[in-house]
Amino acid sequence: MIELHEARVASAPGAAPVRVDNVVKVYGHAGNAVPALDRVSLSIGRGEFVCLLGASGCGKSTLLNLLAGLDRPTQGSVAVDGRTSLLFQEAALFPWLTARGNVELALKLRGIGRRERRTRASDLLGLVNLAEFDRKRPHELSGGMRQRVALARALAQDADVLLMDEPFGALDAMTRDLLHDELERLWQETALTVVFVTHNVREAVRLGDRVVLLSSRPGRVAAEFPVDLPRPRRIEDHAVADLAASITTRLREEVARHGDA
Amino acid sequence: MATLDLRERSLRTELAGLDALESMVAPRPSLHSRVWSAVWPKCLAAGIAVLLWQIVVWSHFRPDYVIPGPAKVFPRLYDDFGTIMDAVGITMWRAVQGFALAILIGTAVGALVAHNRVLRSGFGSLVTGLMTMPSVAWVPLAIGIFQLSDATIRFVVVIGAAPSIANGLISGIDNIQPVIRRAGRVLGAHGWSAFRHVTLPAALPAFVGGLKQGWAFAWRSLLAAELIALIPGKLGIGQLMENDRQFTDYTGVICIMIVILIIGIVVDEAIFGNANRWIRRRYGLIDDAAGA
Repeated sequence: MIELHEARVASAPGAAPVRVDNVVKVYGHAGNAVPALDRVSLSIGRGEFVCLLGASGCGKSTLLNLLAGLDRPTQGSVAVDGRTSLLFQEAALFPWLTARGNVELALKLRGIGRRERRTRASDLLGLVNLAEFDRKRPHELSGGMRQRVALARALAQDADVLLMDEPFGALDAMTRDLLHDELERLWQETALTVVFVTHNVREAVRLGDRVVLLSSRPGRVAAEFPVDLPRPRRIEDHAVADLAASITTRLREEVARHGDA
Repeated sequence: MATLDLRERSLRTELAGLDALESMVAPRPSLHSRVWSAVWPKCLAAGIAVLLWQIVVWSHFRPDYVIPGPAKVFPRLYDDFGTIMDAVGITMWRAVQGFALAILIGTAVGALVAHNRVLRSGFGSLVTGLMTMPSVAWVPLAIGIFQLSDATIRFVVVIGAAPSIANGLISGIDNIQPVIRRAGRVLGAHGWSAFRHVTLPAALPAFVGGLKQGWAFAWRSLLAAELIALIPGKLGIGQLMENDRQFTDYTGVICIMIVILIIGIVVDEAIFGNANRWIRRRYGLIDDAAGA
């Protein structure tokens, strides 16, 4: 982890806690190099909820990996103040541990003592409304419940920036709606900065303070849309639908460019 | 503020409702009925096997001092029970020692080979090659090295079992889902803590499968070694059987064959089979509803 921290640039107080500056990421070498990100710049404020939206090949996951410190940019710089935590589309819970065990392991890896682990894990599972499921194993839980345990586990890392990679993509619509409410509530209760990747336009508008549209192959920032709608929102709100419609139009233009070539 | 509370309360209720609907699990059948359904097919199979044996005896295919029937063997088994159990004690002690050593060596080799690219290309196929080599082929050399001692037998058991154990661990580590490894890295597990908290538990089901297979190899190797390496004063069941054969006492031979078969089955099923099922159920690899 040490080398990963070195790659991040410490910032002056007051600056945005997440800064992506002219980042280029290329996979492979000279002959068959594949550019994933091309001069992406992005600045995310403390406590902001930003949704990254794009079609396939826009480098969403690449960008999250860079922010999480799992990878380094080819050019440019990525600066994140504080700890990050990453949530995947699959809950990626450890099947040999109970819901509680999963959360406690995250605490243990941070060096927190046994007694405090127990109380903190109980609090966190309560926060995602799964207190009474703490002794269940992942395979005994539904997809939505697993994703909430994963959320509790991510919160156990006490991260300042929560990175989410299409976390609700595999869930049914009803569960997803409820988890949107749940995530919005958690975000409002904490001081978390959230970077949420999705290809679902309505979801992006439902959740984000700002929607960043990425173009594909290579990924670039195509447009940004501030979402000045009052919270709590609902996915079926007219205002959400209207804004989503105009963003969708823009997204389709981006996708259509690849059809011409 | 009141509306927010109300909203939060209704969210909690809705979530709890969805959770309750989605986490209904069919109850597992009672212990009694599970034991019964596991035991009766085995009893039936044993009955059929004894019947076939009796039919062979009735056919007078060989004189009945060479193939004695169940009516002669079972009373003899009862009479000699003490002697046989003493030999079983010696043999099982060798089995436990050899198998424990095989676990230590197999696990260490497996962990190293799985983690090191050079070791893997060098030793990976050697481990598999060792598995295909009958371990009884090591007995003459082992006698040369360790003379006629328990060490000879332990050596052959380790050579027989360790490759399976190592292979189980290697394939377990190879088959860990990438997302599980990534989750471990994101949570800050590195080096030893990643091995201890992520790699090892994730590989456990395959590792236990390797132990089960390793036991089967260990038990074969042990008996083969005992039949060849007759250690004076320490009569295991292999040696007991060889003695009976030299006195053309085939009733005694068959008694011991039955004991060998029963020990093999009991250890395989009761210990490794159950451990395997228990772990696979915990990991969600068995679907109770599908009846697997």
